[in-house]
Amino acid sequence: MTGSNTDFLLAVEALTVSFDGFKAVDDLSFYVDEREIRVIIGPNGAGKTTVLDLICGKTRATSGSIKFRNRELTKLRENEIVQAGVGRKFQTPSIYDDLTVFENLEISYPRGRTVFGALTFRRDAAVRERVEEIAETIFLADQLERRAEFLSHGQKQWLEIGMLLIQDPDLLMLDEPVAGMSVSERVKTAELLHRIIRDRSVIVIEHDMKFVEDIARKVTVLHQGRILAEGPMSDVKANPKVVEVYLGH
Amino acid sequence: MPSAPAPATGPAASPAARDESTLFDTKEWLAFALVAAVILVVFPLCLDAFRLNLVGKYLTYAYVALGLVLCWGFGGILSLGQGVFFGLGGYCIAMFLKLEASSAANTKIQSTPGIPDFMDWNQITALPWMWQPFHSLPFALLAVVLVPVLVAFVIGAAMFKRRVGGVYFAIITQAVAAIATILIVGQQGYTGGINGITDLRTLHGWDIRQDGAKEMLYFVNAGLLIGCILLAQFVKRSKFGRILVAMRGKEDRVRFSGYNVANFKIFVFCLAAAFAAVGGAMFTLQVGFMSPSFVGIVPSIEMVIYAAVGGRTSIFGAIWGTLLVNYAKTSLSESFPQLWLFGLGALYIGVVMLFPDGLAGLWNSHAQPTLDRLLGRRPTPAVQGPASGATQPATLPPQTAAE
Ligand SMILES: Nc1ncnc2c1ncn2[C@@H]1O[C@H](COP(=O)(O)OP(=O)(O)OP(=O)(O)O)[C@@H](O)[C@H]1O
Ligand SMILES: [Mg+2]
Repeated sequence: MTGSNTDFLLAVEALTVSFDGFKAVDDLSFYVDEREIRVIIGPNGAGKTTVLDLICGKTRATSGSIKFRNRELTKLRENEIVQAGVGRKFQTPSIYDDLTVFENLEISYPRGRTVFGALTFRRDAAVRERVEEIAETIFLADQLERRAEFLSHGQKQWLEIGMLLIQDPDLLMLDEPVAGMSVSERVKTAELLHRIIRDRSVIVIEHDMKFVEDIARKVTVLHQGRILAEGPMSDVKANPKVVEVYLGH
Repeated sequence: MPSAPAPATGPAASPAARDESTLFDTKEWLAFALVAAVILVVFPLCLDAFRLNLVGKYLTYAYVALGLVLCWGFGGILSLGQGVFFGLGGYCIAMFLKLEASSAANTKIQSTPGIPDFMDWNQITALPWMWQPFHSLPFALLAVVLVPVLVAFVIGAAMFKRRVGGVYFAIITQAVAAIATILIVGQQGYTGGINGITDLRTLHGWDIRQDGAKEMLYFVNAGLLIGCILLAQFVKRSKFGRILVAMRGKEDRVRFSGYNVANFKIFVFCLAAAFAAVGGAMFTLQVGFMSPSFVGIVPSIEMVIYAAVGGRTSIFGAIWGTLLVNYAKTSLSESFPQLWLFGLGALYIGVVMLFPDGLAGLWNSHAQPTLDRLLGRRPTPAVQGPASGATQPATLPPQTAAE
């Protein structure tokens, strides 16, 4: 597992994972620049979510390398990867149902992450201000005291995005952020994403082609764990192989 | 305006709800004051020496229930082996007391005077090395807490670092409880076997069997319990407490918020073990012996039931639950000793199926709204649920406990 050192923020090389012999990701290599917005598309089961799982440490790679700022991630634990600056939003909203919106954001605030730090953590002005600022960004400023389980589906998605934003990651990975949202929520989310992708790199998985065209510069198309095509949206759309396996239907 | 509390919207953010700088909010203050008043004033005033000692014994189990509230109620880590820590704490102090009771003068009829009687009966002729340091009271007192915490740390590190959790962890703790019992019973010469360590007399020359000493020990026990309640409350109110709740629901997500989940679990498991151990030591001091019957699977499960009956996310509920179940146990097993185990099983099933939040839940849903109305306060929203287990006990009338 030795990847080369590069100037890229993220360098994925020869990444493979096999589940009982089935290669969900197969010898995959791709690179993400600083401040780049990369969209990954592909049919169901292509391995998109699995790629994110590998990067954030949820799934262990069978072979290959993932380097973030030339630091090998495949050997780190999940929390160490987060601390290195990688944030990840899950496909189904993954938030703390029993806690309030405020508490959800506060837990994600990057301070007091050790046992001792958590015991002595103070909810000081800096924390409150930051939580309120993020809540404003994710349209939940008036919901801070509400228990997260009572939020609507779209609000839960926003909350999870907020939980990532407060970590201020250098690489943000979003798995289908607008799935299950109403039309008006989609519009708001697109606007939200435009704002938050300004000063960081982002990997977005999305099926909604209108949404993809709206935000993407460079698109990677996955199919059966491999890259089928990669390039600007216009090229990818015109690629006959992509049309056949994905866009065609 | 609808009178029913509307969980979907909740109240406007009240400044108090956001203030975490104080140890208690108003409701918790009342609950705390009630617990403190009942165990420090009401019981000592209303109960005779015998009953007070009995309640003191019950309260030693409350430490275990308190630890389980943090570990299981908040953190979702169910341990079915808390009796091990209760027992270890109890044995550590019992060893000191036994050595003091086994002076050469007291044991001159033995073939080897100066060692505990059960060793002599088992043909042991010298004090085993692991008993030697227990001549020292400071060592014994430290060991009361440190030995169980060390054991909890080893179990916790081995399990949680490997991400063993849930039912598997519960089963493993149960196995540990079984093994500990077998070891204690089997190593009769070193542990006193099935009878345990009995015939304890003095603590640094102070006769702990007298009524006066027992009353004193009751207050020491009550004071320590209140100290543990304050500590538990501190943990609950800290961000650590909220992380425990987060972990209970979405352990994976907590990792992706940047926390090392295993360390948090190990810490709370060790803390629960320390609480249980203090309870065990106070048991030994007040009751005058310690035996494997407090270590095994059945007592460990009983202790879980105390927490469940009180409401597993309620710190104060744990105290009331323990008192109530033990009161029921004493009354029932006096009249129908064989029925108690069935009663206990039925109680557990009943609580889990009908009142998952235990006494604390009943209080919050029934008594609290009435009380609020009487006091002319706005009804507290039902949004609290398991997370904020801020609760007042469904009061166990002191007279009932005294019966
Ligand atoms: N832990 C696992 N064990 C076994 N198989 C898995 C595991 N995780 C994913 N897979 C398989 O790997 C393949 C890729 O799954 P993945 O979730 O990455 O697809 P996806 O591209 O995200 O699809 P979708 O668009 O439906 O979200 C699927 O066939 C899935 O069944
Ligand atoms: Mg997916």
